[in-house]
Amino acid sequence: MKAIKNTGLVIFLVGLAIFTALPVIGTFKVERASFGQMAEEQGFAKSELFVQAMQNSVVGKEFEGMPALSPLVTTALETANSQYRKNKEYKKIIYTKPNDMALLIGKKSGNGFIVHNKGLMWFLTFGLGIVGALMFILPNVVLLGKKGIKNNGIYLENSTNRGWIAWLVFFFLVAFYVVLYFAPQYAVNWTYLVDPISESLSGNPAGHWFVYGFMYCVVMTVMAVRMYIKYRHNVYQVVRTTSVLFFQIVFAFLIPEIMVRLQMPYYDFKNAFPLDYDFFFQWNLRELTNSGGIGLFILVWGIVLTLVIVPVMVYFFGKRWYCSWVCGCGGLAETLGDPYRQHSSKSLFSWKVERWLIHGVLVFAVAMTLMTLYSFFSETGTVLGLKTSGVQNTYSTMIGAVFAGVIGTGFYPIFGNRVWCRFGCPLAAYLGFVQRFKSRFRITTNGGQCISCGNCSTYCEQGIDVRAYAQKGENIIRSSCVGCGICSAVCPRGVLKLENGPLEGRINPTEVLLGNDVDLMEMVNKK
Amino acid sequence: MEHIVIIGNGISGVTVARHVRKLSDKKITIVSTETDYFFSRTALMYVYMGHMKFEHTQPYENWFWKKNRIDLVKGYVTQVDHPHKKLLLQDGREIAYDKLVVATGSKPSKFGWPGQDLLGVQGMYSKQDLDQLEANAPNNLSCKRAVIVGGGLIGIELAEMLRSRDIPVTFLVRENSFWDGVLPGGESQMINEHILEHHIDLRLGANLGEILADENGRARAVVVQETGEEIPCDMVGLTAGVSPNIDFLRDSGIELGRGVKVNRYLETNIEDIYAIGDCAEQHTAIGNRRPIEAVWYTGRMMGEALAQTLCGKKREYRPGHWFNSAKFLDIEYQTYGWVFSERGMKENERHFHWRHAKEKICITVAFDTANNQFLGINTFGIRMRHRCFDRWLTEKRSVDHVMEHLRDANFDPEFYAQYEAEIVAKFNSELGRDITPRKKSWKRIFTTA
Repeated sequence: MKAIKNTGLVIFLVGLAIFTALPVIGTFKVERASFGQMAEEQGFAKSELFVQAMQNSVVGKEFEGMPALSPLVTTALETANSQYRKNKEYKKIIYTKPNDMALLIGKKSGNGFIVHNKGLMWFLTFGLGIVGALMFILPNVVLLGKKGIKNNGIYLENSTNRGWIAWLVFFFLVAFYVVLYFAPQYAVNWTYLVDPISESLSGNPAGHWFVYGFMYCVVMTVMAVRMYIKYRHNVYQVVRTTSVLFFQIVFAFLIPEIMVRLQMPYYDFKNAFPLDYDFFFQWNLRELTNSGGIGLFILVWGIVLTLVIVPVMVYFFGKRWYCSWVCGCGGLAETLGDPYRQHSSKSLFSWKVERWLIHGVLVFAVAMTLMTLYSFFSETGTVLGLKTSGVQNTYSTMIGAVFAGVIGTGFYPIFGNRVWCRFGCPLAAYLGFVQRFKSRFRITTNGGQCISCGNCSTYCEQGIDVRAYAQKGENIIRSSCVGCGICSAVCPRGVLKLENGPLEGRINPTEVLLGNDVDLMEMVNKK
Repeated sequence: MEHIVIIGNGISGVTVARHVRKLSDKKITIVSTETDYFFSRTALMYVYMGHMKFEHTQPYENWFWKKNRIDLVKGYVTQVDHPHKKLLLQDGREIAYDKLVVATGSKPSKFGWPGQDLLGVQGMYSKQDLDQLEANAPNNLSCKRAVIVGGGLIGIELAEMLRSRDIPVTFLVRENSFWDGVLPGGESQMINEHILEHHIDLRLGANLGEILADENGRARAVVVQETGEEIPCDMVGLTAGVSPNIDFLRDSGIELGRGVKVNRYLETNIEDIYAIGDCAEQHTAIGNRRPIEAVWYTGRMMGEALAQTLCGKKREYRPGHWFNSAKFLDIEYQTYGWVFSERGMKENERHFHWRHAKEKICITVAFDTANNQFLGINTFGIRMRHRCFDRWLTEKRSVDHVMEHLRDANFDPEFYAQYEAEIVAKFNSELGRDITPRKKSWKRIFTTA
């Protein structure tokens, strides 16, 4: 069994190594004909300087690896644009970002082993990764022994105790997200691997976001298998894991791709505003209003989802129905992030930071959206002297890409798996208000049974000091609780239960706990 | 300002300090030699097992004590000078007090076994014990086998700890079935089976004869008294119970039995000196409880009650209905009210036992055959709601009532299989009743008695 595990690990690492090498290898050749066609289709023929520069230095030549090709494209574009700007020939400026241009040209010019062996390359990366990971995970069915809590050694192992492996994973994830968001041209070889899958779904070749979406589903599925094995005694965890997996694969991945094939707008029906921060952006509203019946339906659905469905569901079931049963970010955190859940800080200081940050992001998101809507209806580009597009770009970069992506997932191995959900997600902040003030959900503390061991607090991914409540006999009513149910699972004394019940008695401050002399309790608690 | 000095920073001492601070502005000092800050003793096992780091066992952050003006003194009290109301510390310091609370907890019991003080022989109670275990049994290369002596709650936890590092464990249990002085037969039997499932070499009816030393004075083997068998080992865990940690009070004039003798107000024979927690011994036991209760929550409750007294609202320590919990490897155990083992059973006590056909799940319900009154329940692998049982015991409900409303008391996580129908069906057939279990009702759960 151990041997299978180790072989699996090696296979996984080989797959990962090939995947990691892809951004810097491969042969690219920009053919004259396809360049001309691209220039016409993408409308950059207008920039004669750029076309000229490209024809001189790029077209017709062969490049080994994107790092050789990309700088030529980005420099050419920047030089051309700055020249036009100087000459005030604004119409000739190309507004596609240089990196996106490099991706565009790179995607059309792949020419070599990788492009001609997409299936094989898929197997050598994704395939080996999946097979290796499963070989690593599946023997646990036997190795972990009888069902029960399986946290042995978490703080004794390098990878789960912030050792060098954890830091390596940290840097890898951060680098991956930086490529994805800020240097997508280096993802071009990855897109080839999943072209056949993308074409079978939407009919289009894969972009780097398709790679991400596909990878997201693969990672979640494999890590869900790990969850099923680890928590096989806990039906709540099994059902919840199945739910997030379903919503990721069907709602976040398949349906939007199929909608594109059907000439409909790309839309994830479960992604609620303000997590879906660009829902009210001008381009999206335009696209929806121009897409006939389905566009209108999505517009209405999106608004109803945020204003009615989300709060009503939180009233009945707590924030968990979204954050740990439906949401994609939550889904990744609960599968890939589960080995790191213990790293969320439980200090009071972190809680203070959390409240300022998450509510700050919510205010930012709402203010930006109000600006956007004002701009949309009044058809102006500025509100109170601020450029709407500037604010939108700031949000997209700082919150959408850096916070939710690079920090949100990259920081898993060191700061825990819910950094984004806890400190940044504006939807979580909104759901949190409802959960804290008007919801039937609570984590019930079982009378006086708590022994203050601290397993609950240690394994709370949201950094809630669960024990602080449990040892006082108080129910846990916290806006940040995503209802993952792990505190209840790891409790050795059966003290915690997630449940939906009447509002009355939900919050139960107690001076003296159940079990200690009934009269005394009443005297002190009523006083 | 009145100065309250507490010896011991365990759950009892810390609870009394916290509550005194809530109720008053008195000066509070806690003296301890074990650790700088309060930690949860019950969680030490999880540190060795790698579930937690030691810092996670501390329920309050380090700034908490200063903010709440609770002074912490690290030191070992050697003498209580009650005529002058002061403490002498080992390092020569003196601390004057107005009121003194003794909350020094327990120490592992030793029964004069030959070899009990050899290197590699230890208990599992304190932070120091944890550090020693890390030295004695870091892994299964330097500790090829461990022998645990004493089949109680700490014994099985120590076995679980060692097994988490794949160290082979032999478990000597004096009784003929695990913990059968406390648990009824069916339950004890189920735990025996579970111990074996975890590849622990369980020896029932086996006493420790002696511990043999190697040439360096380290334990090298254990001899079983009954068979004379010699079991080679690198580490011996002595877990045959705990006793009050009160040796430093021997000549203090404070009345001692096994523990510090206290009345219902937790007062000792000396004015302004109190004792709480594991080290306190009631002159007469409360109900069916033992005079010395070495239980986490009773320490906490004594602290809660004593804080009232210290702040001028004199209160008896009056624990309500007995309850407790433990975990045997993977099996959670809870108990509410009294269910005695066959050995301790009361005259009119009768048991109803149900065990799942495949899973390690069972319950035992005790009731009075004379008036059908519900006496208590033991549950294994099913969580139950404290609130419900506490109320049913207060209301002196019949066992039929409990069976009928058993669903209200289920505290298992959502989506878990529910066994109430099966349990009640067996109850009906065994006792010739016709009870239909009622649906769970929030209204009933939340009504107060």
